[in-house]
Amino acid sequence: MLGWEFPPFISGGLGTACYGLTRAMDSLGLRVSFVLPKVVSGQYASHVKLLTPGTSKRNMSSYTMQELKNVMFHSIASTLQPYTLPEDYELSEEHSEFIREHFGQSLPVSDEPCNGMHYGQDMYSEVHRYAAVAVSLAFDESFDLIHAHDWMTYPAGIATAAATGKPLVVHVHSTEFDRSGEHVNQMIYDIERAGMERADKIIAVSHYTRNIIISRYGIPGDKVEVVYNGVESNGSWSLMTTGIDSDEKIVLFLGRITMQKGPEYFLRAAKKVLEVMDNVKFVMAGSGDMMNRTINMAAELGIGNKVLFTGFLRGDDVRQIYEMADLYVMPSVSEPFGIAPLEAMNHDVPVIISKQSGVSEVLTHALKVDFWDVDEIANKIVAVLKYPPLQLTLRNHGNFEVRKLRWIDSARKCASIYEDVLMAVC
Amino acid sequence: MPSVCFYFQVHQPMRLRHYTVFDSGHDYFDAHKNASICKKVAQKCYLPANRLLLEQIRQYEGRFKIAYSITGTLLEQFEAYCPEVMSTFDALARTGCVEFLGETYYHSLSFLYSREEFLDQVNKHTQAIKYFFNQTPKVFRNTELIYNNDLAALIESTGQFDAILSEGADHVLGYRSPNFVYRPQGCDTLKLLLKNYSLSDDIAFRFSNRHWSQWPLTAEKFSHWVNDANGMGHVINLFMDYETFGEHQWADTGIFDFLKHLPEQVLQHPDNSFKTPSEVVAEYPVMDSVDIPHLISWADTERDLSAWLGNAMQSNALHETYRVEKLIKSLNDQDILNDWRKLQTSDHFYYMCTKYFADGDVHKYFNPYDSPYDSYINFMNIMDNLRQRCVEKSGTASTLDIVEVPAKDKVKVSQVEPVSDQTC
Repeated sequence: MLGWEFPPFISGGLGTACYGLTRAMDSLGLRVSFVLPKVVSGQYASHVKLLTPGTSKRNMSSYTMQELKNVMFHSIASTLQPYTLPEDYELSEEHSEFIREHFGQSLPVSDEPCNGMHYGQDMYSEVHRYAAVAVSLAFDESFDLIHAHDWMTYPAGIATAAATGKPLVVHVHSTEFDRSGEHVNQMIYDIERAGMERADKIIAVSHYTRNIIISRYGIPGDKVEVVYNGVESNGSWSLMTTGIDSDEKIVLFLGRITMQKGPEYFLRAAKKVLEVMDNVKFVMAGSGDMMNRTINMAAELGIGNKVLFTGFLRGDDVRQIYEMADLYVMPSVSEPFGIAPLEAMNHDVPVIISKQSGVSEVLTHALKVDFWDVDEIANKIVAVLKYPPLQLTLRNHGNFEVRKLRWIDSARKCASIYEDVLMAVC
Repeated sequence: MPSVCFYFQVHQPMRLRHYTVFDSGHDYFDAHKNASICKKVAQKCYLPANRLLLEQIRQYEGRFKIAYSITGTLLEQFEAYCPEVMSTFDALARTGCVEFLGETYYHSLSFLYSREEFLDQVNKHTQAIKYFFNQTPKVFRNTELIYNNDLAALIESTGQFDAILSEGADHVLGYRSPNFVYRPQGCDTLKLLLKNYSLSDDIAFRFSNRHWSQWPLTAEKFSHWVNDANGMGHVINLFMDYETFGEHQWADTGIFDFLKHLPEQVLQHPDNSFKTPSEVVAEYPVMDSVDIPHLISWADTERDLSAWLGNAMQSNALHETYRVEKLIKSLNDQDILNDWRKLQTSDHFYYMCTKYFADGDVHKYFNPYDSPYDSYINFMNIMDNLRQRCVEKSGTASTLDIVEVPAKDKVKVSQVEPVSDQTC
């Protein structure tokens, strides 16, 4: 399996998805070799048990995690980052240092996000370096099939498939159209398309994404299967007391603050809500390339004192913010799936989600809006805050509904797709 | 000797327009949508079915009879949007073979919340039937056949009705058959007719179901089932939505042909007949009394109230609706009263049902909203506005606030620590 994010290094939904899926596959007894473009540093040695650090290849390390018995991880020295976040820039610096040490060359380190791009410096060469190492790794490993997650790993997938003759499955968690709207990066699009065309089977995270794959990439529909994401059950968190005793309601936006996630629609809706209600605070948890613009926009709308920015949150902070929230809003412009609303529901927080999302296909006990319909978003926010039975009903049904979306079912579906692909090849 | 007793429920609600918290107009109803649905159903169901039944009644010269219960909310819409439907119902009324039943004018759940409002609506409906069809209803059916002993007692106490209808639910009948006339527990004169749900649902629900072992259902086959009751019952009560013909079961399923041939097939057996509910209760004796202390209805498999009162949103919306009754009635404002009453129509609460929501069944098919949550939000926004109107009109301070408005001065900084970058 070729991926690029894995806990504890998560900056978006992809790492969560890879973790959930791999863990479920592990419990099904599937043997997975997970290749990561990540630097192994002391930082996550505490989370991960390193079995054979720095083994066969010079710039690669292999290890397993204690909880995942059937999964072998391989990390490749690379600066690949799925999204650019302020936190990631710091990492990039660390990575560059690492690469300087190992490759004896210097990489430019910039403070600026790469001209509005979502990815780290010099990503194309990183993508290809990752591919080269993956291929060399493939000769030492025995496996039946290659499963590549999103475009950065497609060249590696294609190369490995060509080198070994094994079937290739590509898993589309997001497309260039989701990330960049109509202003697609042609190079990324070409890589995505090449991966999809070469693949023996494509897994899309929703019908929404499947339609994009068919209409925008010209892929025949019978090649594209939908496997929904799941959500990790969080046990008894909802029973914990929050210790919040405030008559202020909290409406939460949690995600990268970037065009794709629709932060401006959140703010415009907030403005409308505040016209009819006063006791509300809007919390924007996350960071991203539109962070400064969004902060300025809140000020321009005259609601700066009602909007709080928390920056990027992890682990316990995420849990805490969910526990405080009365409502979660995901006004995404284009969301292939969207695991965050499921996590919110898991924490007993009712959700408003954009109809332009994959997750709206699987949820019935959620309020759904068009991302551009600011009046309706505001109407629904007010309704949830104003009519307690609405919140109660959404919460009760939602919590039950979300428990049915399990990673084990996603893993089973992947496994059956593997079987089909292997049958076809034989 | 069984008599077939047909009663058709004819109803459409006044659907609400999209109404957000930012709206303040007093036009709560979607005239365009209501008109187009009314016209569509008229073309598919009311007009062809009325014409067909009128033909049959004329052809069998008094041997084929039926009954209708038409709600006030639909009569108003017929008048406004489809007067031709009114004239066909009028023609049916003049045949003398058609009985019109009594119910609440607004197809409401008022019996559950306000006896006063309930009786007002029953009287209003009686007057409307008298006005349009020159008949005074003598048999009562409550919204969705919702029924218990108390309702029967209340209806008997009005002195206006000879009988009441309800669902022949297994759990109240036990070993007894619905094919007899009964007496409600505690009543002296009122009689009770119970729906034969098995034979009714064969037509209303199963008719076009190709997985049903009896498909296709022909008039001949159905009349044999009617004959089977010979000697084991007096009456077969076939109660169903009128929209079964042409709307729930589309014309291409053959439902109209079935209806066309049914009188002929049933009347082939010399012991069989068609009777209206009033004729049935006049002709057949009471066989037993039936004790129904708990509320039942004809809805879903549960035959209870859970389609209208199954979740917190529904109970809240109903509660808020009847909470303003006294205030509204103190205002003497006809517009406000009418708006309030149209909001009582049970459909508005049915749309909020989350019971089978995920399965996309019948609840969803007849729901103009994308989700029960949307319908609740819309309804509550309107109810909120109506309440505001009442408060403004009465000039009294609002003690009926739907929303508790928290103290403004207690704004407390949340526990989220903004991580720098906060310039605003």
